[in-house]
This record gives sequence, C-alpha cells and structure tokens, in this order.
Amino acid sequence: MARREVAIVGFAQSASVRRETALNEVEMLMPILGEAKAQAGLRGPEIGFTVSGSCDYLAGQPFAFVSALDAVGAWPPIAESHVEMDGAWALYEAWVKLQTGEADSALVYAFGKSSMGDLPEVLTLQLDPYTAAPLWPDAIALAALQARAYLEKTGRSERDLAAVAVRSRRAAAANPKAQVRTTADVETLLATPYLASPLRAHDCPPISDGCAALVLACGEAVRRSAMPPVWIRGIDHRIEAHALGVRDLAASPSTRLAGEKAGATPGGVDLAELHAPFTHQELILRDALGLGADVDVNPSGGALAANPMMVAGLIRIGEAAARLAAGAGRRALAHATSGPCLQQNLVCVLERD
Amino acid sequence: MAERCAVIGVGQTKHDVKRTDVSLPGLLREAVDRAFADAGVGWRDIDAVVIGKAPDMFEGTMMPELYLADALGAAGKPMLRVHTAGSVGGSTAIVAAQLVHAGIHERVLTVAYEKQSEGNAMWALTVRIPFQQAIVAGAGGYFAPLIRAYMRRSGAPEDTGIRVALKDRQNAAKNPYSHLVFPDVSYEMIAGSPMLWDPIRYMETCPSSDGACAMVLASEAAAKRARQAPAWVHGTAMRSEPTMFAGRDQVNPRAGRDCAAELYRKAGITDPRRDLDCAEIYVPFSWFEPMWMENLGFAPEGEGWKMTQEGATALDGDMPINPSGGVLSSNPIGASGMIRFAEAALQVRGLAGEHQVPGAERALGHAYGGGSQFFAMWIVGRARP
Amino acid sequence: MSAVTSILTPIRLDYTYTAGRATQRFLLGMAEGRILGQRCPQCTKVYVPPRGACPQCGVPTTDEVEVSGKGTVTTFCIVRIPSDVLSVPPPFTCAHVLLDGADLPFFALIQECEFDAVRMGMRVEAVWAPPAELAPTFESIRYFRPLDEPDAAYETYKEHL
Repeated sequence: MARREVAIVGFAQSASVRRETALNEVEMLMPILGEAKAQAGLRGPEIGFTVSGSCDYLAGQPFAFVSALDAVGAWPPIAESHVEMDGAWALYEAWVKLQTGEADSALVYAFGKSSMGDLPEVLTLQLDPYTAAPLWPDAIALAALQARAYLEKTGRSERDLAAVAVRSRRAAAANPKAQVRTTADVETLLATPYLASPLRAHDCPPISDGCAALVLACGEAVRRSAMPPVWIRGIDHRIEAHALGVRDLAASPSTRLAGEKAGATPGGVDLAELHAPFTHQELILRDALGLGADVDVNPSGGALAANPMMVAGLIRIGEAAARLAAGAGRRALAHATSGPCLQQNLVCVLERD
Repeated sequence: MAERCAVIGVGQTKHDVKRTDVSLPGLLREAVDRAFADAGVGWRDIDAVVIGKAPDMFEGTMMPELYLADALGAAGKPMLRVHTAGSVGGSTAIVAAQLVHAGIHERVLTVAYEKQSEGNAMWALTVRIPFQQAIVAGAGGYFAPLIRAYMRRSGAPEDTGIRVALKDRQNAAKNPYSHLVFPDVSYEMIAGSPMLWDPIRYMETCPSSDGACAMVLASEAAAKRARQAPAWVHGTAMRSEPTMFAGRDQVNPRAGRDCAAELYRKAGITDPRRDLDCAEIYVPFSWFEPMWMENLGFAPEGEGWKMTQEGATALDGDMPINPSGGVLSSNPIGASGMIRFAEAALQVRGLAGEHQVPGAERALGHAYGGGSQFFAMWIVGRARP
Repeated sequence: MSAVTSILTPIRLDYTYTAGRATQRFLLGMAEGRILGQRCPQCTKVYVPPRGACPQCGVPTTDEVEVSGKGTVTTFCIVRIPSDVLSVPPPFTCAHVLLDGADLPFFALIQECEFDAVRMGMRVEAVWAPPAELAPTFESIRYFRPLDEPDAAYETYKEHL
C-alpha cells in the first residue's frame, strides 16, 4: 500500500522551567494547543484525530491524561487516544492513523511536570520490579554505568563529554524555550565534582516542566498552514531488551535499526535533533546514526538544555521541523528515546519542499 | 482503501483474584502462548507489539512495557504502550489493528493485562491529591448516582440489575477462564447480597482480577496462512469527551452514541439488533447493560431494560450480551476491554466453546472508561469484508 | 527448599502538587467561606469548582462568579461500606448537588437527616466549618444539610443528570 505523504504543519512548546508552580497541566497546555492549531490553520472540530503522551508516575496520580483532556475542548466528542510514552510515540500513532485514511489531520500533544516528584527515584520504578527496582538504583547511576561502558570501549574521555555540554549550552543560549542557557567552557566544567562518576552535573539533563503540541496533516489540509509544510519522509521505532546485563550499553542498535527503517541515510541530512538526556548518549546516537561532523546536531540545545519528560522527544521532532520551515536546511533527522539507557528509540526523517 | 485486518489468534489467562503462581511476565506469556498456539505462529512471525493496561500505579511499575519487552520478544521490534483508562483493552486492540490496516505490518501481537494483586488498586484509585475533591468510595461510589439517574429517567423495574447479574453469572459458569463462578447462583442470592453503594448490590459488581488477554492480528495475506478460521475486522471506532461539563449526559453519553454510529457506518450495520448476532459489552455494574443497550442503539432511549427483562440479552435470546460472563465475572481492568474484543472474535470464529452463540456471523466488542467518557469498539465478522 | 512466591517491596514517593490558578482562587474562597466559580466566555456556563478551562469549549475561563451555598440534589448514592477518605461511619449518603447559580453538580456528603431520607430534587445547603477552622481546602464545607424548602421539580435539574 502506498504511503500517504504526511506533513508537520504546526508546532508550539512552552518554555521549559525547573518548577511550574502557578499553572496546572490544563492551564499550561491550553495556550500551546491554541498556538499549534493556529499555525496549522485548523480549528478544533476540523481535526480528525487527537493523541497525547504523558505518564501517571510523573504526575503522581492515576489517569493524569484524563483531566488534561479539558484543555482540548473535546466537544462534540473526538476520536482520541493516549500513549503512556513520550509524545513522539503519540505522533507515531497519529501518523499511522493518517496512513489508514481515516483522518486527514491530527493534533499531538504531550505534557510532563517532572518537578512534582523526585525524578531520578521515580524513574527507578521503570526497572524490573522483582530484582532491580527494590535496590533503588536511580536514573543518574544507570546513565553513569552506560557512560563508563562507552568511554572504556571507545577510548573517549570526560573532556569529550564536556564538549557536548558546552556546545549544547551555546546553542541553547539562542533558544528562548530552553532552560539551561548559561555558557561555560570545558575547563570550568571539568573542574566541577562528579554526580556519579564519570558524570558531572553538566553531563545530565535539567529537571523540567513543560508541554508541546504538534499538528500533522495530509492532502488538502496541508494547504491551510501558515508554516511551510515539513514532510515526514520516514518514521520508525524499535525497542531493546530491558535487562542492562544483556545489552551492549556502549551502542544503540535499536536507534541504528530505526534509522535504517526510517530511511535515514548517512550524509543525507543537514541537521539533527537527538533526544540525548546525557552527554555520552549524544555520542552513542551519533555513532548509531552515522552522523558526521558536517551535521548540525541539536541546534536547539537538545535535552541537555530542556528535558520535560514525555515531551522532550516530541520537541525534537517539532524543533527539527520548525528549523527546516525557517530555512535552516532541506532535510533533517529527529530522534526520541524512552527508558533507561536509551532502551527504546524512534527516528524520523523530515524534509522541506 | 485500507488493508484488511483479521484476528488469527486469541488467548487469555485463567482470571483469578491472585495469580501468585506466575510473575507479571508469566501472566502475559500464558495469554500470548495460547494466542500463538491458536494462530499457529511463533515469535519470529511477529512484526510489532502493542500493549495496554490501566494505570501503572496498580502494580507499582512505571511504563512496565519497558520491563516486559524481554518477555514479549519485542527486542528489535516496534513496541507501543496504550493507556486510555478503562477502555484501554479495546483501544489497544484498535491501535494494533491500525498498524495492519495502514499496511505497515503483517502480524501484530497485542496484549493487555492487569495484575492487581501485585499492588493496591483501591489505593491507586483514591490517591489523595490535597486540593482535589476526594472520590468517596472508588468506582462504585462514582457510578451509583448515575445508575439512580438512569432508573429515574427510564422507570426501569428495580430488579433489572439483579436479572443482568444472574444472566452474566450463569454465562460465566460456561467459561473456563472466568474468575467468579457461583455454581448455584439464583435470583434470590443476588437480591439478598449486601448493598454496597445503594442501588448497587455486592453481586451486581465486578471483581478485581489478575489476568491477561492477547491477540494476533494479521493482514489478509498472513490470515490465509493461519491455522484456523480468522475473525475479520469490519470496523473500529474510538470517541472521547470531557469528564464533566455543564449539562453532560453521563447516563447516555454522546461519545458512546457517536462512536457506535461511526462503527456501524464503517461496518455497514443499519439495524444493530438485527444485523449483529451477539455483543460483548463492558458492564462493570449490572445496570450498565440496559444503559449501554440504549447508548449502542439496540433499544430506544428509556427502553434498554426491556431487553434484559424479556430475556433478549440471554445466551438463547435474540441479542445475547456477554455470553462469556462479562466484566462482572472477570475484571483484570486493563485487559477487560480486550477480553470483550477477543470474545467477540471467538464467537464469529465459532470457537467460544460452551458459551458459543450458534451460528454467530457478526459480533460487537465494546469497552469504555473514565467517567463514561472514553469509548472503543469494534465489529468482527466471519465473512471477509 | 521452598519456592519464593512473593516479595514485599514498599514504594514511597513524595510529590508536590500544583493547584493551578483557577483552583487556587477557589481554595482561597473556601478559606473565606465563599464558593467561587468561573464562567466560560463562550458558552456562559458556570463551573464550580473551576479548573481554568471550559472542557467543552477548550478556552480559558477567566470571569469569576460567586455562587450560592444552596442547591438541589440531582442524584445520590447510599454508601454502605467504610470510606477510606471520610470519617463518617456507613451508611451515609453522597449526592450530586447543583448549586444555585452553577451549571455543574458538586459531589457532596449529606448529613443532618436520615441517610435514606435523601431524594432527587431535595434542597440542601452547605454547612461551613467554624470561622476559625476555615482553610483553603474542600473540607471548609463540612457537608450539606436539608433545607426547609419544597423539592425542586424534576424538569429544573433533569438536564444535569
């Protein structure tokens, strides 16, 4: 069956902040949904499908997505779904829906207020509940295990990691939505203490509250957009085994495979937005996707500069699309991750006319 | 034109209050192994996995699909995790079916589960958010006032709920996977059971169960190579509306009516009571049978109870509802919707065993969730659409 | 050797919740013995408690309105099992109360009458905590009690069932 051409025709995101204390999720989302729909030139009832990504354990209550629906204005009743995943996978579900021909446009949104709980501890509950979670290894410790494996295998150094952080912050300085925008040099960063060796604070993402929304369209619906359409040329996602002991933590085979299936050919893109919450993960992902020095990686500053959980992956796709729409290149790659140590990965290839 | 999609394998666990004999992955594998045996496929035949369950807090594992990827042979494959409250079992199956309809995959494994004994579900449902109004006594306390509103609106006889429970509990005795079976169940036994949330009696409520359900969905080409006759997906639909708004009709919600209308249009159904041979409907409290009969268009508004009272919804009636015994008999929350979808498939494949509706050609699977606001439905048929 | 069939792994996570602007206004009203709602600028319906959005229109509700502590029971249930969150012994009655001036029923405990005397259409009023105990919580309204007024006609609240 021939694929339908699907375009990103609207994208909006909140500023990422350490702690949003004034607004609840509904109040955060409402203006962002409105902004994305306005860009797309579509009013709520014209949108054929709505799907969101969020996580109850971030919100500290079951059915967190149910009350968030209040922000959508779901009346008359809408065709709607939700994934307990990053919004990038909600976007995948929307893309599939458009492929069935049952809808010509879709609203995708995601929200996450990581500030409400102790995020590294909350993430521990993603682990094997019988043998791993009861030991309470936190997310930073697990990432440090992966970083050590990577440095040992590749011969790279903590200096290489710091260089990733420096570049991320420099890029983020130009991104008003980013959270970590202070510039620093490698020497200064390397003089700071370890959080969990070999990781220092600059190797780890900030804790962020934020939300984002994106609109997809097919066929006639694309023409309504105020934003030049950015086409999804390929999209795929893959998961790896969960048990850390059976994985090669220094590589990301699921990213490589998803990239191949999505048609991400080395040398074929001008820019890439990689969802790498930790510095070493950006290097692992570059290796997996064969991104050379000529590719502008994370021009937004990436997840090291703003990491609202369940949103940061969707933001990568939106940022890449917005940059193409603004003329920063013709072809881009966007990536999202989920789970401990890059367990699950999604790759999306975007192209401007 | 989307690709055709068929159910080629169905499996479910023995549902029980505590399945302490299996771990979480063990529970899922019990359902998946049965679905694979039914379909005649193995792990290498599966292109993608779509998993669903109700809130993670029920078991205390966050995004458990990450951990379950190993047990579900998902490594190297795409895996999606759906969560749409109580309708999740149904919407999970629909997301899986769309991967086939869209021509992306040949065979998709979809699985839904709940293992409530591993956590404290009642606690998870009543987490006390400081500034929110507390739900007083779980789902029963939430739905009982709606049932009272239905009774007032329809003038239904007060024993309608008892008759639904009696019928479902009798059906459950014919289903080897049922959690609750009362061999000597009688009208008097149900009528005499304690009132919990008046007007809901103990024996008119669903249990909390451990259980899982799995299906293998396939493209037309893959369905031809299946071991047994498939059930063809004739249509799917999902609809949502907000939890509460001024003037919201929670007894006969528009999202349910719109969802059914879209479904019937896709499946070419003009008179559901005549065109369908049976239905598996999400009935967690007995009174929801007559309420959904109206919402689904099987009966005019205010007259759903007549179908129950006349025996139309019994296994030998003209519109058998919940031949399996329904949610009243087995309720692994996240899986309950998928069990409805899977039981509908078993009926049209002629594989429902003792609770088979003779000659069933077309069947409806239905799930709902939240405050009667999320709906997921499909129609499956013996004939290729 | 006996098999390990289960292990107990306690989980404790602490969260700091955000009420949001609209709920905060409502809670501050509670501390003053007032019930504050918000009106939707599009459909003009009044939401109590407000959540900052009209769920039907998907727009912010900004226009604040004070509503009465009196209202009508639209429907109810009699709870005969102990509640985790209320200290009242069963049986007790919880009702949907449509406050005068609001367009959405409010979930409330009914007291100061027999639990089985509650009926659809019954007129009730809020019983507040003593002034010294008023606080920015829902519990500032202790419960609702019957009013000495004739029942509301079914037609006046049937749209809210």
